[in-house]
Amino acid sequence: MATLTLNQIRKTFGKTEVIHGVDIDVRDGEFIVIVGPSGCGKSTLLRMVAGLETVTSGEILIDDRRVNEEEPMDRDIAMVFQNYALYPHMTVFDNMAYGLKIAKTPKSEIEDRVATAAKMLQLEPYLARKPRELSGGQRQRVAMGRAIVRKPSLFLFDEPLSNLDAKLRVQMRLEIKDLQKQLGITSLYVTHDQVEAMTLADRMIVMNGGVADQIGAPLEVYENPATEFVAGFIGSPATNFLPARLFSPRDARIKTIGIRPEHATLTTAGSGRLPAKIVFTEALGAETLLHLRLDTGESFTIRQDGTAPVPTEGTACGIDWPDSRELDFDEAGKRL
Amino acid sequence: MEKRVTFKGWLLPMLLLLPQVFITAAFFFYPAGQAIYQSLFIPDPFGLSMQYVGLGNFEYLAKDPYYRASFVTTAVFSGLVTVVSMGMALYLAVLADRLIKGSGTYRTLLIWPYAVAPAVAGVLWLFMFNTRVGVISWYLGLLGYDWNHVLNETEAMGLVVVASSWGRVSYNFLFFLAGLQAIPRSVIEAAAIDGARFWTRFRTIVFPLLSPTTFFLLVVNIVYAFFETFGVIHTITSGGPQQATTILVYKVYKDGFVGQDLGSSAAQSVVLLLVVGLLTVIQFKYIERRVHY
Amino acid sequence: MTARDALAAETAPVNSARIPAEGMVEKRGIGLWFTHAGLILGVIVIFFPIWLAFVASTVSQPEIVRPPMPLLPGDQFLENYTKALFSGVNAPVAWMLFNSLVMALGISLGKIVISLLSAFAIVYFRFPGRKLFFWLIFLTLMLPVEVRIVPTYEVIASFGMLNSYSGLIFPLIASATATFLFRQFFMTVPDELAEAARVDGARPMRFFWDILLPMSRTNMAALFVILFIYGWNQYLWPLLITTDPSMNTIVMGLKQMFPSGDDIADWPVIMATSILAMIPPVIVVISMQKLFIRGLVDSEK
Repeated sequence: MATLTLNQIRKTFGKTEVIHGVDIDVRDGEFIVIVGPSGCGKSTLLRMVAGLETVTSGEILIDDRRVNEEEPMDRDIAMVFQNYALYPHMTVFDNMAYGLKIAKTPKSEIEDRVATAAKMLQLEPYLARKPRELSGGQRQRVAMGRAIVRKPSLFLFDEPLSNLDAKLRVQMRLEIKDLQKQLGITSLYVTHDQVEAMTLADRMIVMNGGVADQIGAPLEVYENPATEFVAGFIGSPATNFLPARLFSPRDARIKTIGIRPEHATLTTAGSGRLPAKIVFTEALGAETLLHLRLDTGESFTIRQDGTAPVPTEGTACGIDWPDSRELDFDEAGKRL
Repeated sequence: MEKRVTFKGWLLPMLLLLPQVFITAAFFFYPAGQAIYQSLFIPDPFGLSMQYVGLGNFEYLAKDPYYRASFVTTAVFSGLVTVVSMGMALYLAVLADRLIKGSGTYRTLLIWPYAVAPAVAGVLWLFMFNTRVGVISWYLGLLGYDWNHVLNETEAMGLVVVASSWGRVSYNFLFFLAGLQAIPRSVIEAAAIDGARFWTRFRTIVFPLLSPTTFFLLVVNIVYAFFETFGVIHTITSGGPQQATTILVYKVYKDGFVGQDLGSSAAQSVVLLLVVGLLTVIQFKYIERRVHY
Repeated sequence: MTARDALAAETAPVNSARIPAEGMVEKRGIGLWFTHAGLILGVIVIFFPIWLAFVASTVSQPEIVRPPMPLLPGDQFLENYTKALFSGVNAPVAWMLFNSLVMALGISLGKIVISLLSAFAIVYFRFPGRKLFFWLIFLTLMLPVEVRIVPTYEVIASFGMLNSYSGLIFPLIASATATFLFRQFFMTVPDELAEAARVDGARPMRFFWDILLPMSRTNMAALFVILFIYGWNQYLWPLLITTDPSMNTIVMGLKQMFPSGDDIADWPVIMATSILAMIPPVIVVISMQKLFIRGLVDSEK
């Protein structure tokens, strides 16, 4: 059990700064997900917490103890790697026990802990196997098991599900969430998948270009994106962005407005805020996506309920939305 | 290529490198440096002091008819060894590649000679062609051919070439077979559907696709013929008759150890060094090209 | 050889490149017989010298010196081999076999050990002068001992290492082929394994011993085959530095068994010695054929 604090963390590779001062406070037992596109610095940040990368400036505190200079093993952490990083020549048991053996844990305790973890992860029948004899999901579980047996105060996950197929990913996502709840261990989880982030996180951190754009509970981030980037990155289909010059903006600072597809409604031609034409429709059953083109050329997507009638492609129409749902951004992409 | 993960510290890696650095320095760089240094001197007749002669040893070598003859001998010898061993290996590999089953068995049978030392190979062939007891020379005698590699220069060269090529067939066979088996079957079948018969297929499809292997083997075999055949020459002909089979490496040995002409031997070593350097450059160029290919 | 290959090697056959199919390109009937005939002819040509040596090692001297010698084995097998092994011509061959074994093992194991260590240092550490060491070591890649025999001989002599095992072994270890190979292999080991080991609390040497070495097993074995044969078959170097017959290796001692001048050589004993000289490397090659072919292909890449 531990808290984790990052104070103005910066990282430079050579002359380029890739992390520009990140502050995070993670509470005890909290599940934090760092999400962002590739190259945003999320993995680097995680690896700095793990001690696999040096910190250029700033402070990392685990339970208020500064760990910047500590070796990974002294930080009381465990990590699950993207490609699992299982030792190929060791059995499942030995893979899980390796860290404990190095720490000179008594043999009987090693066996107890591995047995407990194996039971939790349904790995008991496979303890004598080598990693290459396991399926992707089983390997993933071994990687988790290796982290669990060490009883760390902090779990670090580096895109642990990205090598699994879609179905398994959903299943493992639930298992990870469940496990973390059971164990109550503070966790930092990195992913590029916003669905994973939304479903797993107590709080999520959206990173963009080496900066934490927003930190907050998933729904809060969804409802109230702090930047244009967050509004675009979180949610699928993506938020519609329109240049403010198409309207008479309420505020001169507004440069772009965003409207989520489910917040816009289709109106008859000539009514609504903007004239458009239906380009094509996707009826997905529970919902229908309407892809429109504005008369000024911009694309726009509306999500409507699956029970609503599906309009004909090619018909002229209008778009409307309530003022309260309008997301206004300034020139720098900041929310107003 | 660099590793993302590294361990800290410099003392441990230095310690880890120490054995190799020490051995390389003492038994490689120092001797190689010595060879270059000595090639610029000649010892006085009593071996008490060395006289600096600059490139004199090299000039002497360039004019020395024996050395020039040895160069020609080496060229002929390595050319023949390369052609004979690669030709035989390619023939066997093409046959083995045509089999669905059993190519593994032939491979097992054919890799034996690789394990036989060149010097031992020399003794085996010497035994077959020995002028007194040799089986083959005796049967040649029955046919009216008087085999005598001790006196006949051509026969001596022929014998060392065959003996040197013999063990090398295994090596070349393995690479050719691997190269042939790496050619996608579909390409060959496509050519067959296009109407190309075996020989046409070989000439227009297989051989061109095999060219990286062939080129690689060419370089490797030349290096082999230059440097690793000393045992064959020494056991069969000792460089004779006259100088007929004195290849460059043999001459370094003879002048340096038998003739005690250290300056000249060192200069010859330096020349060989350049030859190896050249072949290395060629090979690296080739490897680079293969990476792009 | 990548890490992944090393893992697959234990299960996969070497020649899995192509699945045999009943294709139109395959020869059948008469063509198939010609193919076999051609190959058998090749095998006979390749094998004949070895066969003849074996026959000669089983007959008596008079049978050989009255040509043509027989082409089928005789009954002197035990006599000839006993004589060769325990008395020989200058020194008992058993002793020479032992010397060869020490030399071959010394070269192969010594080279593997120092190469593993230095490749580990070069790949997994950053330290001042790393690039320099790298290039110094790699300069030695292709220069055979034959080129520097005279000065190397002088070094060995000045160290008092003539007629010694260390004199036989060290100069032949001084090349970087094995280092290069292990470096290539280490580069293919996923970075995450080293990271996982660090998180698990493994110090560098622990990682080397627990993770890297076991993963390199196949590479080490393949290299061992190649180096063992390389060491066993050395000729020029032992010839120079072992003047004492009791230090002769079998490959060079063979030539020493020929009499100087016009005396007739003791052919049955010499041929028995040739066969004995071949047996260890042949056993290594045949029994570790798969590893040997991999080692060969990899060490030349």
